[in-house]
Amino acid sequence: MTNSPSDYIVVLKKDCPTCALVEPALAELEAAGRSIQIWTQDDPDFPSTLANVGDDTNLEQSWRLDIETVPTVIRMNQEREVERTVGWDRTQWLRLFEVDQLAEDLPAFRPGCGSMSVGPGMAETLALRFGDIDLASRRIEIAELEDPMESCFERGWSDGLPVVPPTEIRVVRMLAGTTRDPKEVLGLIPPDLQPCTIEKVAINAVMAGCKPEYLPVVIAAVEACLIEEFCMHGLLATTWFSGPMLIVNGPIAKAIGMNSGTNALGQGNRANATIGRALQLVIRNVGGGKPGGVDRSTIGNPGKYTFCFAEDEDNSCWESLAVQRGFDKDASTVSLFAADGVQGMADQKSRDPESLCRSFAASLLSVGHPKFAMVSDAFIVIAPEHQRIFSDAQWSKKQVLDKISEFTTRPGSDIIGGVDGIAEGMPEYVKDMDLPKFKPGGLNIVRAGGTAGLFSAIVGGWLASGDMGSSPVTKEIKS
Amino acid sequence: MNEVFLDPTAELNPSAKSILPRLASLEGKTLGLLDINKPRGDVLLDRLETLFTEQGVMVKRYAKPTMTRVAPLEVKQQIAQECDAVVEALAD
Repeated sequence: MTNSPSDYIVVLKKDCPTCALVEPALAELEAAGRSIQIWTQDDPDFPSTLANVGDDTNLEQSWRLDIETVPTVIRMNQEREVERTVGWDRTQWLRLFEVDQLAEDLPAFRPGCGSMSVGPGMAETLALRFGDIDLASRRIEIAELEDPMESCFERGWSDGLPVVPPTEIRVVRMLAGTTRDPKEVLGLIPPDLQPCTIEKVAINAVMAGCKPEYLPVVIAAVEACLIEEFCMHGLLATTWFSGPMLIVNGPIAKAIGMNSGTNALGQGNRANATIGRALQLVIRNVGGGKPGGVDRSTIGNPGKYTFCFAEDEDNSCWESLAVQRGFDKDASTVSLFAADGVQGMADQKSRDPESLCRSFAASLLSVGHPKFAMVSDAFIVIAPEHQRIFSDAQWSKKQVLDKISEFTTRPGSDIIGGVDGIAEGMPEYVKDMDLPKFKPGGLNIVRAGGTAGLFSAIVGGWLASGDMGSSPVTKEIKS
Repeated sequence: MNEVFLDPTAELNPSAKSILPRLASLEGKTLGLLDINKPRGDVLLDRLETLFTEQGVMVKRYAKPTMTRVAPLEVKQQIAQECDAVVEALAD
């Protein structure tokens, strides 16, 4: 390699037939006195007939020069690029090298091949090796004989299931899923009130098993849990069962392949499973919220591993949860609810809306305790066959909710403590009031589930709802 | 080069894996004495048992079947369930 800068840089790889084809053309140009620096990606001895061949098997030059195709010819002027051409195109080469004729026995044109620097997974590897990627998190070196998966368990980073080890390359790939600055702080994660950067979200998303394209949903979920009304600290700390349930609305749900159909609340869909888990891992690892520590749940519920699904917005005569909560129907959003587990609700006989509302009402009364009123909130996850009974009768969602409210309203005297031989119940002072089971807005309906089954799911919520605890929150998902 | 991870936590704790918290006192505790089956390990442990017992510490004895291998899982689980602390004897 010469010390003085060359007038031309040419990047080649031996494995590319077009690069082999242009060897005589380059020899001709060298003989004509052109100063050419050649970089070879796969074999520093290629091309053997040329003088100034550099070894780029580590692909540093290719990465710095942003090479996508070989051969690439770059004309330089005082170490700055003037112009470039890719492949073999005699007209272009004549112009760039300012010669009148060149390799007349070659065909006029041959396309080039892909540069090794843009092979699958290479972009992030090279960016890490040579670029200015600046990840702030502490590096933790794993001992040679340590099993990477086991070491994540031993460091307390896992929810009990294996996590994907958060290597630098995986985190860089994950961060490619967002345009946001890795250093941006989203807020203070409870219970330790520690600052949470986009980078920390990405690390935990890697561990949860997310794909990079899920990251914007995870970021929005973290932002949502930090909204004051959601009361994430109290939700974590409570002895009650609840944890965050995530409902995704809008075009992103389909774009990333979320499940809103058969088994929507169950296992088997990567996006559903890992997005909900990523939020929980952020709480655990960044916030320090762990069972037996600040998480004091008496019994817990399996949804605290992950509880995330998309609302079925196809062919719906009802507005989605997001639209109901004031967002545009084309917006993508994530909503959080302080949820307990799933209680099944079967009604295979009702064919008119009122009868079905009575079934819902009877089942909903058991949320929290049958003698509680206006204590917990709840969601109904209505499956298509149940929903069709309402849509066939052209009932709006509001009509259904109003009817359920009517059917769940009971005289206070029926539900105060001691009545029916049950000590638990509402305080004495409500005995002359009529009390609905849910506060206004405390009951919500979303659509999800497979097409077979006259079932719905009731998801009860934290006993501390509304102003005294948690209210559902929604955050728009941005890039 | 060894694998390197990015710390997913708020980095409030040291990055090295930490040892379990030590006991503040042996009062009312049960102490396991694990003989790894090296010659004269029993001499050391017999003496320790005498000294600890004199101080009112409850002592239980365990042994590895062979010094050449790590303790069998059953032995480790038994010690973990029955003892608050363990002394593993090395001798020769």
